[in-house]
Amino acid sequence: MLEIKNLHVKLEEEDKVILRGVDLKIGPGEVHAIMGPNGSGKSTLSYVLAGRDGYVVTDGSATLDDESLLEMEPEERAAAGLFLALQYPVEIPGVGNMTFLRTAANAQRKARGEEELSAGDFLKLVREKAKRLKIDADMLKRPVNVGFSGGEKKRNEILQMAMLEPKMCILDETDSGLDVDAMKLVSDGVNALRDGKRSFLVITHYQRLLDHIKPDVVHIMAAGRIIRSGGPELALEVEHNGYADLLAEVK
Amino acid sequence: MALAEAKRAALAARTDGLTTAGEGWLATARDGAKARLAAMGLPVKRDEYWRYTDPSSLTSADPLPATARGAEEDEPGFAGIDQVRLVFVDGVFDAKASDDPRLAGVEIERLAEAAARPGHWARDLYGVLEARGQTPVERPLAALGTAYATEGVVIRATARAKKPVSLIYVHQSETSDAILHHCIRIESGAELTVLESGPAAARFCKVMEVEVADGGRFHHIRTQGPDLERRAATHVFARLAANALFKSFTLTANGRLTRNEVVIELTGPDSMAHVAGASMGDGGDFLHDDTVFITHAAERCESRQVFKKVLKNGATGVFQGKILVHAKAQKTDGYQISQSLLLDDDSQFLAKPELEIYADDVKCSHGSTSGAIDDTALFYLQSRGVPKRVAQSLLVLAFLSEAIQEIEDEAIAEDIRGRLEGWLHRHER
Repeated sequence: MLEIKNLHVKLEEEDKVILRGVDLKIGPGEVHAIMGPNGSGKSTLSYVLAGRDGYVVTDGSATLDDESLLEMEPEERAAAGLFLALQYPVEIPGVGNMTFLRTAANAQRKARGEEELSAGDFLKLVREKAKRLKIDADMLKRPVNVGFSGGEKKRNEILQMAMLEPKMCILDETDSGLDVDAMKLVSDGVNALRDGKRSFLVITHYQRLLDHIKPDVVHIMAAGRIIRSGGPELALEVEHNGYADLLAEVK
Repeated sequence: MALAEAKRAALAARTDGLTTAGEGWLATARDGAKARLAAMGLPVKRDEYWRYTDPSSLTSADPLPATARGAEEDEPGFAGIDQVRLVFVDGVFDAKASDDPRLAGVEIERLAEAAARPGHWARDLYGVLEARGQTPVERPLAALGTAYATEGVVIRATARAKKPVSLIYVHQSETSDAILHHCIRIESGAELTVLESGPAAARFCKVMEVEVADGGRFHHIRTQGPDLERRAATHVFARLAANALFKSFTLTANGRLTRNEVVIELTGPDSMAHVAGASMGDGGDFLHDDTVFITHAAERCESRQVFKKVLKNGATGVFQGKILVHAKAQKTDGYQISQSLLLDDDSQFLAKPELEIYADDVKCSHGSTSGAIDDTALFYLQSRGVPKRVAQSLLVLAFLSEAIQEIEDEAIAEDIRGRLEGWLHRHER
């Protein structure tokens, strides 16, 4: 599904190297988690994969189903099946949430040569999926994320994911700013999308989230590299001992 | 040359060869306007009120030629909206192209017809609000409209009109120079929507005076036509009695020079005036100027000014907006926002917001910003699969939405959104 080889990335504006050779391979239906201390490059990895401006890839590759992602525009990556749930979902005053969802869903369908959803079908689909995430009609009507609480914003991200049905979902610290109940709701939303084919990359600081979204593989990232990979027990180890031991081991 | 002398010279050049028709009360009103003009002269670049906008092409003896693009871009007229259409071609009324001007609860006459009737109600309005609007700031081009208008409609609403009256301004001649003056009176409890659309002429000078009586409601939505080279100086003067409502929205696309002045007096308590505008400018020879003056002279009135400009490729936007609150106008609620979205580094927005408040229990706010498209929002949309071009349009429309929201009729608002989308599509580069 997603294959990252020797990825090196620096900032566009300054000479600062963030990723120093990331290797990662996620198969269909797999759930991988990346943990790591602040500043290790986790969010950068997600942004580079999604195609955000401001980063320069100096070496390496990233492919989704053998198609190179790095040359694509962000919208082409989305149409190819990549989805990034943002750590800080963006507020867009003046654009209704519903308009946003529909424009996105239909743009992707169009890009893939599929028929666009009719207004009626779309509405039905959105309502059904929104209900499961406890997103009410008012949240759908309001401008995108404007005045949403932290939890509402994250739920809205998962709703987008559910509507767009991507192949590869990246969740960048989706648990940050969530209380226990909200985390449960968001996790349930994510788990509902696990169908054995769709893959997930879950970026998080805390093991907590991984109790809800059970990963197949856990990676530890530090200083722009994946320094260790293992099973779910690796997350527990970090939770108990912190990163210091792991970092020392590598050095 | 001294300033006063330059202004008088501009007036002499502009009015040379202009003739006025009209009898009775109209002739008297025109004489009054001519006297005001003689005292003021026409604006020149050195005028403080014209500091950002060079008026010379509006005051020159002859208009600069402007190509009429016909229906190539968007058609004037709000197609699909049930309306009474009154068509003017280069400022001349075209009876054949117009609808029968009959509408229940609304009297519609041509200015010349009204002038032929002594004691006509328009006598107390024509040139009256314009004359009041000359202080504290002179507006000579409005007096020019009163003195030399060749056409106009006078409309009086006595009940709630079933459909809008639509003034459609067709531009055909490359050198047309049109001067129109309309009067509108909304009687107590009556309600009317007036639509205006089209580029009108190579050069267009227009005055609209609107009197809204107690509890009357007036809605005004206009689009100023896509012709690239047209020039226009328009004035709307409104006076509101108690509990009256006035709402005006203007979409300006293209045009070399557009100066839209709106002067509103809230003279009755609890009245409400909203003025909004969206203007779209592409190119270094585009200049759009909104100049607004709202006077709160009674208690508990509300006014809103919402002006948004989208500027690219060196276009210039100007906003001069003032709220004047008299000492007795307690509990005034005044709001003013002017914002520009600059799509490149070459375009500019010049704003002069002003508040002058003599009452001590008022709520007045004003804000003015210039900014670019939000890159983060753009990335967010793209990351959800929305192509960059569509995402940009969506964000531009979002930027304009606060102004468009001032249109109460959803079908008309949708028409405006369609025009904006069309413009954005045609002006992608």
